[in-house]
Amino acid sequence: MTIDRIEKRIELKALVSGVWRALTDYREFGEWFRVKLDGPFVPGQISRGQITYPGYEHVRWEAVVQKMEPERLFSFTWHPYSVDPKMDYSQEAPTLVEFRLEKTASGTLLLLTESGFDQIASDRRLEAFRMNDGGWAQQMKSIESYVSQRS
Amino acid sequence: MSRKGRSSATAKRQAFAPVFAALGDETRLALVAKLCGGQPRSISALTEGSKLTRQAITKHLRVLEKVEIVHSARSGRESRFEFDPEPIEEIKKYLDLVSEQWDQALARLKSFVEVERLE
Repeated sequence: MTIDRIEKRIELKALVSGVWRALTDYREFGEWFRVKLDGPFVPGQISRGQITYPGYEHVRWEAVVQKMEPERLFSFTWHPYSVDPKMDYSQEAPTLVEFRLEKTASGTLLLLTESGFDQIASDRRLEAFRMNDGGWAQQMKSIESYVSQRS
Repeated sequence: MSRKGRSSATAKRQAFAPVFAALGDETRLALVAKLCGGQPRSISALTEGSKLTRQAITKHLRVLEKVEIVHSARSGRESRFEFDPEPIEEIKKYLDLVSEQWDQALARLKSFVEVERLE
């Protein structure tokens, strides 16, 4: 377990094909994500658009589509929280967002991962912190518990 | 989420990249491990048992000090270094905010695909 990622899992009572469409059709994605995208998602290409979430209409959406493996994996890299128009986020390392789909008896299991917050594989580092049982070990525990929280 | 919440999250994100960078080194990590018990320690105490020189250890401590993971205070002729969990707590708060945003987005996705299926 690392502190550099966010993991979510959610059960959806919908067919995998429907969920896949909601994720990868740029108009459907825009509906629930609240962004007006300029055009379809294409692997390797930049996706641009305008956030439509009330209060954040000034925010531009920009992501680089990574993988589109039909009904299995959709991923892109972006700069989360790039809400300040005066900031240049392009110098920061992007995070990787991955949506994985699995068919279940009742519909679809969606696994979301956003990783790369620290650009460091931190397991080994966390191990070092754990060796010390001072008050700070508690802090690390609370960080860890957040990654395991369900969606 | 409030606008205030978001802009402070942006500020936090800017702050945490250097924190991780500072921790991205075995020696500094070992120093933090020694200090996170809460007891302030002198450079001599922190150099003990290390193959590195006092100067090298001091340099690493300054890197940690710069991102405020440790603070130093003079005690007589020597500086004593103390651990500060604050920057790491800030990282956690930031990740909590991003996490919460995903919860909201996924809830919207859920109602989007589940309503669609019934139609």
